[in-house]
Amino acid sequence: MSEYAVELKRVSKHFGPVVAVDGISLYVRDGEFFSLLGPSGCGKTTTLRLIAGFELPTAGEVFIGGKLQGEIPPYQRPVNTVFQNYALFPHMTVYKNVAFGLEMRKVAREEIRQRVLEVLEMVRLPGVENRKPSQLSGGQQQRVALARALVNRPKVLLLDEPLGALDLKLRKAMQLELKALQQRVGITFIYVTHDQEEALTMSDRIAVMNHGRVLQVGTPEDIYERPTDRFVADFIGETNFLEGQVMGSRTGEAVVVVDGILTLHVPLERNVGMGEKVTVAIRPEKISLHADPPDPRAVLGVVKELVYTGTDSRYIVQLTDNVLITVRQQNVGIGDSGRFALGAPVYLHWQPQSARLLTA
Amino acid sequence: MAVQPRSRRETWRLLFLISPSLFWLIIFFLIPLLLVFAISFGQRGIYGGVRWDLTLRNYVRFFDPLYLRIFYRTVIIALMTTILCLIIGYPQAYFIATRRPRWRNAFLLLLMIPFWTNFLIRTYAWLLLLRDQGFINTFWTSGLHGFLLRLAEMIPLPIWDALLRATSTPLPLFGTDGAIIAGLVYDWLPEMILPCYAAIERLDYSLVEAAQDLYANRFKTFTRVILPLTMPGIVAGSVLVFIPSLGAYVVPDLLGGAKSIMIGNVIYSQFMAVRDYPFGSAISFVIMVVMLVGSLIYFRMGSEGSR
Ligand SMILES: Nc1ncnc2c1ncn2[C@@H]1O[C@H](COP(=O)(O)OP(=O)(O)O)[C@@H](O)[C@H]1O
Ligand SMILES: [Mg+2]
Repeated sequence: MSEYAVELKRVSKHFGPVVAVDGISLYVRDGEFFSLLGPSGCGKTTTLRLIAGFELPTAGEVFIGGKLQGEIPPYQRPVNTVFQNYALFPHMTVYKNVAFGLEMRKVAREEIRQRVLEVLEMVRLPGVENRKPSQLSGGQQQRVALARALVNRPKVLLLDEPLGALDLKLRKAMQLELKALQQRVGITFIYVTHDQEEALTMSDRIAVMNHGRVLQVGTPEDIYERPTDRFVADFIGETNFLEGQVMGSRTGEAVVVVDGILTLHVPLERNVGMGEKVTVAIRPEKISLHADPPDPRAVLGVVKELVYTGTDSRYIVQLTDNVLITVRQQNVGIGDSGRFALGAPVYLHWQPQSARLLTA
Repeated sequence: MAVQPRSRRETWRLLFLISPSLFWLIIFFLIPLLLVFAISFGQRGIYGGVRWDLTLRNYVRFFDPLYLRIFYRTVIIALMTTILCLIIGYPQAYFIATRRPRWRNAFLLLLMIPFWTNFLIRTYAWLLLLRDQGFINTFWTSGLHGFLLRLAEMIPLPIWDALLRATSTPLPLFGTDGAIIAGLVYDWLPEMILPCYAAIERLDYSLVEAAQDLYANRFKTFTRVILPLTMPGIVAGSVLVFIPSLGAYVVPDLLGGAKSIMIGNVIYSQFMAVRDYPFGSAISFVIMVVMLVGSLIYFRMGSEGSR
C-alpha cells in the first residue's frame, strides 16, 4: 500500500496541437485536502479528468492508491467527482441521484436507504429526497452533487470548482463547511479552483499550475510566504517585483542593485552568479513606513499616491526614477494619525526574509 | 404561472398575427374535416353520390370482421415499421450526434439526399428490387443458383440438393407484408432519425460522465441515463413514423400487390373505385380518432418518463 492516495508521474495530455497538461508529477497524500490552483485554461480540469479516467494520458502514469490505472475506465476507478455544473440527473429525484452509485454497485436496498439519508443529513439537506434537482436552489444542488459523490465513500473525491457558481457569501460559508466535512470523513480531496483565497483557506497543500505545468507545491504558507516562482508570487496575493542585478553575495545574502542606484540585501537559498539578472519580490503588507530610518538598511522614498481602503492605507512610494513600490499599512489609529502625506519622504523597512530572490 | 389578463387591444393584435394560419386551417382543414364528418353519416347514392342522412350504418359496417382484420394488419404493419425505424434510426442518430459538429451536418445531409428523389420513384425502386424478376431474385435464381450448381459439381455434399432447390425459384418478397414494411421503413426513417438526433444532441454529455463516474458501465449508462433523457425524441419520432404508416396507401398499393392491403387502400377504393363516400369517410374518422387517442396516451407516457 502506497502512502499516496494519488500519484501522477510525468503525465502529459495533448489535444491535437494543444498541450493541456505538460509532464506534471504530483503526489497527493492519503487524507489530504489538496488543491490545484491556477488561471483558467491552465489544465486543472484536464488533470482531474485524467485521474477520474475521462481522459487517458498521452504520456506518463496515473496511480490511485498505489495502483497503476492505465486504461481502467472511469466506472472502475475508486474515485468520485463533483462536477463543475453538478451534472445532476434531471429525470431522477434527489434520492435516486444520491442512490445511483450504490445501486450500480448492487448495495442492498436497505443499506442504500440508510446511507442516502445519512449523507443527506451530513450535507445538511434532509427532507428533499423526493424533489427533482430543478426544484432546488443552486446551493442545494451543490450539496446534492456532493452527497451523491460522498455516499460512495470513495478513496479520493475530485472537485472541479464546486463553489464557482455560488454567490460570494454562500461560497465563503461553503468553503468552511467543505473543509470541516473533509476533516470529518477523512477522504482525500483533490480540489480545483482558480480562486487563490479559496485555495489558501481550505487546503492542506496547494499545487500552483500555469500553462499545463506545476510550478510549486506546498502548504498555503509555503506558497504565500516562500514562492519560488515569479508567476506564483504574482498569482497569489499582491507582490512588488523589483528587477535588478546581483552585485555581490555574502554568506546567505545577496546584494542586488536595482535601477543602478538602489541597493537591496536579499536572503539566498541558492547560488547566484555575479551580474546575474534577478527579481526581488516583496509583499506590500510586509513593508513598514517610518519617518526616521529604523535600521541602516531602510530604503528612502517619496509618497506618490495614497489610497484609503478602510482597513488599510495603500501607498505608492517612488524609490528611484523608474521604480515604484506598493506598501500596505493597516489603519491602526483613526483619522490621519500615523499616515504619511503625499510628497513626504519615508523610510521603507522589512524583515530580511520578507524579500524573495526569484530568477528574472 | 397564471395567465395574465390581456388587454383587448393585445387580443386583437394576437388574433391578427395568427390570422393567416387560422385562415388556412379553417379553409383547408376544418371545413373539409367537418364535411367528411357529415358525409360519414350519409348513405351511398345509387350512382355513387351522397344521400344525406343521419345513420350510424357506416360505422357499424366498419366492425365487420373483413375490415377489422385489415385494420388489425394495418396496425401491426405500422407498429413493425415504427419499431424497425427505431432500431435502425436511434443508433444512427446517436452516431451522428456524437460526431464533431462539422461532421454532423455532413452526415445529416447524406441522410437527406435520397429523399430529394420523388416519393413514388423511390417506392418504385423497391418494386424493382423485390419483385420476382427484380434485382434480388435475379441474383438469387441465376447468379447464386448457377454458382452453387458449379460448386456442387466440384464438391459433392449432401446439402446441395436443398440449397439448389431453394435457389431455383424466386424468393417470395414482393406482395408481402414484409415488402410493405421495407418500403415504409425506407420512406419514414428520417422522421425517426431527426427527432432522436435532436434529443441526443441536446443531451448534456457531463451527465453521461457522471453516470460513469458513479460506476455505471456503458450498458447501464445507456439504460439509466441516455435512454430516459432522450425519450422525448423517441416518442416524437415514433408518432411521426406510426401515423403516416397507419394511413399509408401508395406503398402497400405498389409493394403489397393484390394480396397485402392496408386500411388506406380500403379508404382509397371506397372513394375512387366503389364511390361509397360515406363509408370511406366513416373509416377515415375511426382511424383519426384512434390515432389521436393513441398519440395522446403515448405523448403523456413519454413526457412522464423523461420528467
Ligand atoms: N477536449 C478538449 N479538446 C481540445 N482542447 C481541450 C480539451 N479539453 C481541454 N482543452 C484545452 O486544454 C487546455 C486546458 O483546459 P482545462 O483543463 O479545461 O483548463 P482549466 O480547467 O484549468 O481551465 C485549454 O487550452 C483547453 O482549451
Ligand atoms: Mg476547468
